[in-house]
Amino acid sequence: MSEPAIELQDLEVVYRVRGVDRRVLRGVSLAIDEGGAYGLVGESGCGKTTAALAIMRYLPRNGRVVSGSIRVAGEDLVRMRSADVRRLRATKVSMVYQNPGAALNPCIRVGAQVGEVFELMGVEKGMARQRAQEMLRRVQISDPARVMRRYPHQLSGGMQQRVVIAMALASDPTLLILDEPTTGLDATVEAEVLDLVDGLRQEFGTSVLFISHNLGVIRKMCERVGILYAGRLVEEGATDDVFAEPRHPYTVGLLRCIPRAGVRKDRQRLDTIPGYLPQLGAHLPGCVFADRCGLAKEICHTDEPPLHRVGDGHVSRCHFHDQAADLPRTTPRRVEAAIAAANGGPVVRLESASKTFRQEGHEVRALSDVDILIAPGQTLGLVGESGSGKTTLARVLLGLTSPDADSTVELAGEPLAPRIVKRDPEQVRALQTVFQNPDSALNRRFSVRRIIGRALTKLLGLRGDKREERLRDIAESVRFDERLLSARPVQLSGGLKQRVAIGRAFAGDPRVVVCDEPTSALDVSVQAAILNLLADLQRDEGVTYLFISHDLGVVRYLSDRIAVLYLGRLMEVGDAEAVFSPPHHPYTEALLSAVPTLEGEERPRIRLQGEIPSAAEPPSGCVFHTRCPRKWGEICEREEPPLAEVEKGHFMRCHIPLEELRRLQQTAPEAQKATVSTSEGAGGTN
Amino acid sequence: MTTFEDLDPGTPIAIPTRPDEARIARRERIRLLIRSPTFILGNLIVGFWVVCAVFGTLIAPHDPQADDILNKLVAPSGDHPFGTDRLGRDVLSRVIVGAREILIMAPLATILGTVVGTAIGLVAGYFRGLVDEVIMRIVDAVLVVPLIITALLAVVALGPSRITLILVIGIVFSIIIAKTVRAAVLGERELDYVQAARLRNERAPYIMFAEILPNIMPPIIVEFTARLGFAIFALATLAFLGFGADPSIPDWGKDIAEHYQFISADVWWAVLFPSLAIASLVIGINLIADAVSQSFER
Repeated sequence: MSEPAIELQDLEVVYRVRGVDRRVLRGVSLAIDEGGAYGLVGESGCGKTTAALAIMRYLPRNGRVVSGSIRVAGEDLVRMRSADVRRLRATKVSMVYQNPGAALNPCIRVGAQVGEVFELMGVEKGMARQRAQEMLRRVQISDPARVMRRYPHQLSGGMQQRVVIAMALASDPTLLILDEPTTGLDATVEAEVLDLVDGLRQEFGTSVLFISHNLGVIRKMCERVGILYAGRLVEEGATDDVFAEPRHPYTVGLLRCIPRAGVRKDRQRLDTIPGYLPQLGAHLPGCVFADRCGLAKEICHTDEPPLHRVGDGHVSRCHFHDQAADLPRTTPRRVEAAIAAANGGPVVRLESASKTFRQEGHEVRALSDVDILIAPGQTLGLVGESGSGKTTLARVLLGLTSPDADSTVELAGEPLAPRIVKRDPEQVRALQTVFQNPDSALNRRFSVRRIIGRALTKLLGLRGDKREERLRDIAESVRFDERLLSARPVQLSGGLKQRVAIGRAFAGDPRVVVCDEPTSALDVSVQAAILNLLADLQRDEGVTYLFISHDLGVVRYLSDRIAVLYLGRLMEVGDAEAVFSPPHHPYTEALLSAVPTLEGEERPRIRLQGEIPSAAEPPSGCVFHTRCPRKWGEICEREEPPLAEVEKGHFMRCHIPLEELRRLQQTAPEAQKATVSTSEGAGGTN
Repeated sequence: MTTFEDLDPGTPIAIPTRPDEARIARRERIRLLIRSPTFILGNLIVGFWVVCAVFGTLIAPHDPQADDILNKLVAPSGDHPFGTDRLGRDVLSRVIVGAREILIMAPLATILGTVVGTAIGLVAGYFRGLVDEVIMRIVDAVLVVPLIITALLAVVALGPSRITLILVIGIVFSIIIAKTVRAAVLGERELDYVQAARLRNERAPYIMFAEILPNIMPPIIVEFTARLGFAIFALATLAFLGFGADPSIPDWGKDIAEHYQFISADVWWAVLFPSLAIASLVIGINLIADAVSQSFER
């Protein structure tokens, strides 16, 4: 084996908080081979980013490497002078951060920013621009000259990330660190960026340290993976081995949290990891995971487990690594049968619901003739890329955005006024929502008691003891410890905050709850607990969900029916399994294909090119034809297909006959040229 | 072995909150504020003047109003440490007693401005649209004219009185503060808790004052302390220009105005000490304002 491109030896990092050193990395050792890709996985707060920052020598001012070494190409970074560190950053190590919008200087044109990297390497100015252009072409921007004249905010998120990657690779680094590079991007864009990184890695021979909480992404991108928990590497090995046969209970737990294909709310509950990450720098004499581990015995709390070799290059830091697969489930797998939902008409009905925004004289149709029915006690999953109109649809239903005049919005057969102030109290009570980000959704100056209590007063007219009683019932039903009712949101973890938000939504006994990405801000173990909670509440209370998420696994787990939106139009509606299995609409097919799976199965891969066209100027005919991998012919450009019922209860907006789709979708479409054209590059401009 | 029956977070297996952390952080902020040298110094200075304002005549060595024509414009000496003025009154006593007027008027004007300005800013920021446009254009119009000019016009039109001065300074401040508050509200109203309140069909005043206001207190407190310094400066300037509320009361600004022509005759004490009084009080308040705003930034 060749010498590793980077090697961490027993790296210990502390943060000094209020005069006390707190250990953030507890002796991390890892090595990345030349040209290799190493994935670092773990929940937020376990030290992933700290490891990356330590390698860049970018630790915050209160952070310090106390022992261990970081060797890059034979040099020890920890003991290097700062001038040498700068040289190293300029030539050997580059980093791509999570938010490309924040990594680019908003007031310098893209060309100048990329050129600057070359100038720093001593390339003369004119030449630097040329090199920049060349570099942008290599990250598959097809018209780099135009992109170079633009400012970062004029580019879409995916395009910005390409530019950042181009800058990172400009110096032809030995090591490229990617810290959650695709978080916040649509699945389709994520797939493109991942393909790009993969391709560039082959081309440049760069080693990659890939940090992500998304196990599917790591599975796809990396040969080796390290699982980090509370600053300690608890398991490490070849990606295939670790995912196929995890040997540490934490890894086992993480993998069980993720909703996989075939696991649905009515068949199985998701497993969770109980408890919480230990506090920063907590004293952990034994195994770092012992407090949350279902296998933990006496010894785990007292003796630090050594690194057990459990396979070829596969190590686990667990006393009972051979039993890891038998980790007891924390939640019963079985699901009690749902209370039979009251039959009758749909509880939510939208008919030809449209919403046109006026923007600088343009008419932008965010929602176009959408028909939706949701049966009582069911979940309708709403999927689509950002900008497809998911949120607009939810806001129209909730009465926060008034739809166009000829739209019909009904709740249990009764028409709903377009604006919430005009709706009667019963209707207000019946429609509630759980927001994406609990930090924003909960008033940070209010106690939990006041947050939920106010909803009880306002929606149910409860006061005094009755209110307190109901408050405790709600706390219990969302599994929120009532001792914490007087806490403020800032004192709660992300999962607890989301429970409070769910409790508030359920305070007034709603009939319909809109869930707008309720788990996307949460770690997978917390996500699993929240999804279980939502499923339980639905079963017990017979509530109906409109569930919006970009995570198709999550949508699939919770939904009975699924609606796919594109450019404000319904492309496909049907039962969850019908939509998720072929034949499906080419757009659905592309969305599904973009998601990296845990199984790492090889599927026909379909890549959508570029971004959603502007809703101000939707393409003619079928709005999807500009990106459709299965374009049928000229008719797609000319005529908009109707939303036709292709099977019972399964509607699709496509010219291609169902049988033909079925046949086509057994094979991958012919390879497409993988460059992004400039018109798409200009995506977010207008 | 324990089986973990439905152990969702929230059950007592782990300590699910960080109440200590939160409380410690808040205490820490207050502790750092109280310990910060700027805050201590500012409070010492302001505290000194507050004592003077409260116990003025008790502390003062002489009657600040007592004329003594025979001993006018006497240089600082043992009996008159700050000297005497053109009517032979003791400058030290006048400086001490002069604190009262300004330390009553300035806070009142600032409180008025903060309360009214917060209300205007909340309304403009929450409703946006036409209401916002109209209010903000008025704000711009008022801001074009310097405070002192506006105040002069008002005092000339309405006659000098305490009420006029408090009103005019308070109203001008309210407009400046409204701008700050509006900006804070604009950020706040985009947060989902405001949407959640609308989904309960809460009335606008509840959302503005009960939900949003507590979240924008830090900039309001900072603005209040900073404005207080300006108010003192403005009142002293007006008094200097001869528009003080009550000519019969010792007043730093007025005393400076009455004596600055004597500076050429080497009579510096009658001007210097009232000037130092104004300067020290304004500096003291600004030190506190800085320390407070820094403690919120942390």
